[in-house]
Amino acid sequence: MLNIQNLHAKIGGKEILKGLNLSVNAGEVHAIMGPNGSGKSTLANVLAGRDGCDVSKGTVTYDGQDLLKLTPEERAWAGLFLAFQYPVEIPGVNNVYLLKAAVNAVRKYRGEAELDAVEFLALIKKKMKIVKMQEELLNRSVNEGFSGGEKKRNEIFQMSILEPKLAILDETDSGLDIDALKIVAEGVNSLCNEARSIILVTHYQRLLDYIKPDHVHVLSGGKIIKSGGSDLALELEKKGYDWIKEEVA
Amino acid sequence: MTMTNHTDNVADLVRKEYEHGFFTDIETDTVAPGLSEATIALISKKKEEPTWLLEWRLKAYRHWLTMADPNWTQLNIDPIDYQAISYYSAPKSKDDKLKSIDEVDPKLLETYEKLGIPLQEQMILAGVAVDAVFDSVSVATTFKEKLADAGVIFCSFSEAVKEHPALVKKYLGSVVPAADNFFAALNSAVFTDGSFVYIPKGVRCPMELSTYFRINASNTGQFERTLIIADEASHVSYLEGCTAPMRDENQLHAAVVELVALTDAQIKYATVQNWYPGDENGVGGIYNFVTKRGDCRGDNAKISWTQVETGSAITWKYPSCILKGDNTVGEFYSVAVTNNYQQADTGTKMIHIGKNTRSTIISKGISARHAQQSYRGLVKISKNADNARNHTQCDSLLMGDQCGAHTFPYIEAKNSTATVEHEATTAKISEEQLFYCRQRGIKEEDAINMIVNGFCREVFKELPMEFAVEAQKLLGVTLEGAVG
Amino acid sequence: MSTGIEHYLSDFEQLENDDWFSENRQSALDVFKESGFPNARLEDWKYTDVRPIKKKKFSSVNKTPVSMRADEIDALRFQGLDCIDLVFINGVFAKEYSNIEPLEEGLIIENMQDALAKDKDFLANHLAKYADDNSSPFTALNTAFIQNGAFINVSPDVVIEKPVNILYLSKTNGSPLATHPRNLIVVGENAEMTVIESYIGHGQANYFTNAVTEATLSANAHLKHYKIQQESLNAYHIGNLIALQSRDSNLESHSISLGGALVRNDIHGKLAAEGAQIVMNGLYMTDNKQHVDNHTRVDHLKPHTSSTENYRGILNGKSRAVFNGKVVVHKNAQKIEAHQNNANLLLSNDAEIDTKPELEIYADDVKCSHGATVGQLDQKMLFYLRSRAIDEQTARSLLTYAFADELISSIGLGPIRHQLEQLIIGQLPEATLIREFTHE
Repeated sequence: MLNIQNLHAKIGGKEILKGLNLSVNAGEVHAIMGPNGSGKSTLANVLAGRDGCDVSKGTVTYDGQDLLKLTPEERAWAGLFLAFQYPVEIPGVNNVYLLKAAVNAVRKYRGEAELDAVEFLALIKKKMKIVKMQEELLNRSVNEGFSGGEKKRNEIFQMSILEPKLAILDETDSGLDIDALKIVAEGVNSLCNEARSIILVTHYQRLLDYIKPDHVHVLSGGKIIKSGGSDLALELEKKGYDWIKEEVA
Repeated sequence: MTMTNHTDNVADLVRKEYEHGFFTDIETDTVAPGLSEATIALISKKKEEPTWLLEWRLKAYRHWLTMADPNWTQLNIDPIDYQAISYYSAPKSKDDKLKSIDEVDPKLLETYEKLGIPLQEQMILAGVAVDAVFDSVSVATTFKEKLADAGVIFCSFSEAVKEHPALVKKYLGSVVPAADNFFAALNSAVFTDGSFVYIPKGVRCPMELSTYFRINASNTGQFERTLIIADEASHVSYLEGCTAPMRDENQLHAAVVELVALTDAQIKYATVQNWYPGDENGVGGIYNFVTKRGDCRGDNAKISWTQVETGSAITWKYPSCILKGDNTVGEFYSVAVTNNYQQADTGTKMIHIGKNTRSTIISKGISARHAQQSYRGLVKISKNADNARNHTQCDSLLMGDQCGAHTFPYIEAKNSTATVEHEATTAKISEEQLFYCRQRGIKEEDAINMIVNGFCREVFKELPMEFAVEAQKLLGVTLEGAVG
Repeated sequence: MSTGIEHYLSDFEQLENDDWFSENRQSALDVFKESGFPNARLEDWKYTDVRPIKKKKFSSVNKTPVSMRADEIDALRFQGLDCIDLVFINGVFAKEYSNIEPLEEGLIIENMQDALAKDKDFLANHLAKYADDNSSPFTALNTAFIQNGAFINVSPDVVIEKPVNILYLSKTNGSPLATHPRNLIVVGENAEMTVIESYIGHGQANYFTNAVTEATLSANAHLKHYKIQQESLNAYHIGNLIALQSRDSNLESHSISLGGALVRNDIHGKLAAEGAQIVMNGLYMTDNKQHVDNHTRVDHLKPHTSSTENYRGILNGKSRAVFNGKVVVHKNAQKIEAHQNNANLLLSNDAEIDTKPELEIYADDVKCSHGATVGQLDQKMLFYLRSRAIDEQTARSLLTYAFADELISSIGLGPIRHQLEQLIIGQLPEATLIREFTHE
């Protein structure tokens, strides 16, 4: 599904990713953990194609294509979804309207017929239950006036509707209280299947109590310095990151 | 072609044209360029006006002569030679029209296509000779009957002068005095036609009135005059303009619109202006210098202006409200879009005179490429306007590093119980918003459109549904390729 | 030539004008001669009519020096403020009351007249190089009469802890005087200092102060500038502060206007290099028939510059206040942040406020905002206080004070802040009661 080789990336001239390797197969859930400033969010943004993240070296293959050559929207059409760490507010643009435009853009790319308003509404109604999304949030402007938890839930809701092949969740758990965290985790779990891959970028082990990853990676200094199974996360929780850094050094 | 009250079929309409003679008579079709008392007398004579109106015109003209060209603070305007303009150009006869759609500028047709305008209408808008069989005639006729049943008068200004002289005489120039400003004075002297509306006491106008029908039928020319009177406790909603760009050779448009709302009356006036803006190098285009003003003359009256301004090379207009009666309400909702070398200087004046008067101003400006745009507004709270309230929100969106957005709000407050709030912001579309939309699979251009329309939403929601949809499309067309 | 300016021309003839600066004075006078006094047709003077100044035959020649007692002057200094003092009486430097020596190393403070004689080479590069005589006839008039004022120069890397307090005292006897104080503040690279300009009028004195201050801030220089205007209620005051700011420099301007019959303050910051920042705070309190006009302008000439402006007004009696704040973002000056706010409290039905916050933007990557409000005291707060047994009059005064204090509290220098708070309280009814409510 996704294959990252020796990825180097800079933000504002400063090298953040320094030779990162990662391979994700269909149906797998990967957790990428690491201390603040290790490059976790940069990785998420590079994969989604954000301007200002300059890849200086390395390759990223996604579904057999060179991901780095694609524009952000082309990546989205190809089934890549980023749940943002800080979802932006867009005043005046209705949440549902954005989603409908997004869904139909993807469908058009896939050569499927665009959904009309009735079909789309039916789809929304079905998915809303998954993340316990309140209806009134849907009709507001995108993320405007949403609480932190509501914004994150909205991200998962969008994900459930767009049904991506590869979802990258950038610190979707941070700032959530335990109830909101459970809702988000349930949402994610319900979307897991053998065709869909998920990358959880997180700082805290807590999320992994609710979503079981197949692989856990530790990102530090712009590289993955250790990989393991889900028990690695527990070990990190107990001992922190320093022991790995020492081990590697 | 003028539309008169009792025109029932097309044949009548065509015959009428000949009846009036001068429409096709080369000698009288267009008055030679130049402005003098003789020109004005000629216009008045052609229109068979009463003496008082000619006197009124001449008085305006004599005052105009003493006035200086406005001192443009933020606009670059080539000097206008007022003697080079022809002040009477009657509705185009077939001879002036293009023979077929092939003669129309293909760019214009492309735009029509994007706006989804039917071919028939495209031809009319572009000034192609269409034999008088267009739909709007029959539509116009049926709705005229419906209006007549309600007692509503809706006709051309010339017709009103003939049929309802008392009303015209009473209200003409009572909101915008003939000597109000340079262009209003010029208009008062030489105006050729326009719309007239009277809603009787207690009547809620049964439908939205629109110049759309009338403009298709008759080219009202460059000095338009509109007068709308809403008598006590009446309601009217008026739509001006159309969303398609008009092919028009006239450089200068100096229109005047006067609204009078008596006690408990409400007038809603919406404009979508999309005159020819000139090409991408700033060559050509309309100078749109308009004086629009509403007078809430009686208590509890309400006047609401909504405008979407996307066209013209230069727009200069400040639809205003005089809140004379107690508890009167004035509103101004505006979206102005300027692209390429367009310039717009627009805004409003809210003059609070009565007690408990309220006004709301929402202005959204979008500038792209080399365009310059200014919001210029005045909120004036007079000494006796106890508890007056105003809220102003004025936001500018910038697209491209060569454009400009300027905000000049004047607030004059003389009453200690008044509350006036003005807020303004200027920014460009944020990279984050764009990236967010693109990550959700929306193309950059569509994302920009979406964000821009979101930015304008507060204003669009004031427009009638179909108008709002067309206005949104229009924004997309106007800003096409502005970013990238 | 304009009318009503003849006596300025004849006073100019009596001026000692035989130094190296004489040509500059003459050409400034020519500018003034050409323009005359501004009129209301000029957008910049739309709301302020200066005809009262024009009509009165103010003399710019000080023939009869007045003396003031030391204790009289001491009462006008900032209590508890350890500072360097320069005292001017009726526009003339009063060395005996000033407190300059010993000067710290790297700091030069002189009366302009002495500086003109001593530091020709330095002054030739700075004096009248920042203020544009064509920007206002009053500035031209000031330049024509340059003689007295403060010249302050801080060398690079020098941090002056003690504020410099320039006291302009007016106490006229005999014919009404016009004074033209001219200050020049040069802050070197990485240098820091604080300058206070205090304008105080005695009793009901009738005079005209026409002041101009030029400031230039080199790279990373920091200047805190206070202007505290307490002219007599019969006085006319026109003041103009122009600052040119280099890379990463920082100007903090506080302008407090309490006195004067007719007052106009202009403050103009030119952010001429990346990283330059300006903060402009202002408070005006007017009563009776006072007319106070504050005009500010910020030019963002280069990218990555920022400005923050906050002006507040409290208007009582038949007074009138004008605020005009202009922010210009020039072409190619990207990554700008500019925020401006003007809030006004109308306490009397005969008072008038005319406010006009302006944005003029010729770049696109900007975050600019401005706001202006006119209103009265919050009824809910008022009710709350009254329900807590505070009488209406006191409650009003208290809330009015709180409105002003939001600005005053941002003043870093304790003694100045404290004195201003007392001055403001003093202008409110129920002053003694209010003092009990406020902490200091």
